[in-house]
Amino acid sequence: MTAAIVLVLRRDLLVALRRKGDALNVLIFFVIVASLFPLGTGAEPGQLRAIAAGVIWVGALLAALLSLPRLFAADLADGTLEQMVVSAQPLPAVVVAKIAAHWLTTGLPLALIAPLLGLQYGLPGDALLVLLGAVLLGTPVLSLIGAAGAALTLGVRGAAVLTGLLVLPLFVPALVFGAGAVTASLSGIAPGPHLSLLGALLAVSLPLGLWATCAALRVALD
Amino acid sequence: MPRKMRYMLDAKDLACERGERRLFSDISLALKPGGFARLLGANGSGKTSLLRILAGLTRPAAGEVLWRGEKLGDIAEGYGREMLYLGHAPAVKDELSVAENLMFSARLSGIAASNDQCRMALEALGIGNLAPLSARVLSQGQRRRAALARLALAVPLPLWLLDEPFAALDENAISRVRALAEAHLARGGMLVLTSHQEVPIAAGNTQTVNLGV
Repeated sequence: MTAAIVLVLRRDLLVALRRKGDALNVLIFFVIVASLFPLGTGAEPGQLRAIAAGVIWVGALLAALLSLPRLFAADLADGTLEQMVVSAQPLPAVVVAKIAAHWLTTGLPLALIAPLLGLQYGLPGDALLVLLGAVLLGTPVLSLIGAAGAALTLGVRGAAVLTGLLVLPLFVPALVFGAGAVTASLSGIAPGPHLSLLGALLAVSLPLGLWATCAALRVALD
Repeated sequence: MPRKMRYMLDAKDLACERGERRLFSDISLALKPGGFARLLGANGSGKTSLLRILAGLTRPAAGEVLWRGEKLGDIAEGYGREMLYLGHAPAVKDELSVAENLMFSARLSGIAASNDQCRMALEALGIGNLAPLSARVLSQGQRRRAALARLALAVPLPLWLLDEPFAALDENAISRVRALAEAHLARGGMLVLTSHQEVPIAAGNTQTVNLGV
């Protein structure tokens, strides 16, 4: 099981390393979206600080969404997905590895750059830390739910749009608790409960996301 | 001894539907060690579908496939350790080198191949010199050869399911693949393939499944 995870994870990271543009595009998209809001709403510091968490989270959701169509579609097109399903390796291990690789190449960079964007919005130091923690906890949830959405729409025409319609509503809890943690910390309330709920969300979406993704992949290849 | 134990692969009364259309029904196929089955039929008659059913990718509309007497659905990746399936798509990733692609495919099948073994497998298909190159630069035929190099490493896997293995190959490559297939059958391996070309393969026990038009 571990050997299978390491095998597929290494391959996916190697492929991502040789296609740096893909991950970079997602990151640049995130920065641009988050930078557009002050231009539209005006640069009043109090207002910016109030909308910061929400804007950064919505930006992260959209950026994550942008990266989803690639997750399985490329492997489907060249036949590697088929090989992984008929292989000697358990499918859940393959899927865990692919989701982990997706998180490492999109979720993690998004989380690392989020505090920088928070700084742009004038968030204080402790709120930036909470933002980092919340996005670190929340992006794996996006990868897990997103993977299930990407697998369900595999091979369907207009898959990218359909994935969005399917998974964006499911991203809502992550958005609410993630942005809520930062807002709480801004108003002097402990962000702990929000972060705990994000952690619980991750614990629930791990088995559910895996199960749904495996089932959807088998159907897509049938 | 019951019938199911004598045959390694035993497919009974298979039927396949695509959309509303029934492609074939009542197809049976059984292989013992060393057995070879050739799937024939016109375009769209369901050769690939039948092969995908045997690989456990597609569920048959009726019938069942047994491997060592057990249903495919019940053994999951255990079947993957004993079966090699090569479909239409070569499963060669553009971003990886030819050698990296082969190494990954072999590991996926549970074969721990060394660098030397990979190089020899590529030599067996006549593309040893392409090993360090990115798969992006390969021609259609070379890509096909890179995919088929897996056969040279898949010696421990008793069952090979090959979809049009000779498509896009030149004479030289066809004879190399043929040699690998015949060696596999001589070792007691089993082979099921679909092919448009009449490539003769020497086997002790050959059966032909004609899916018609």
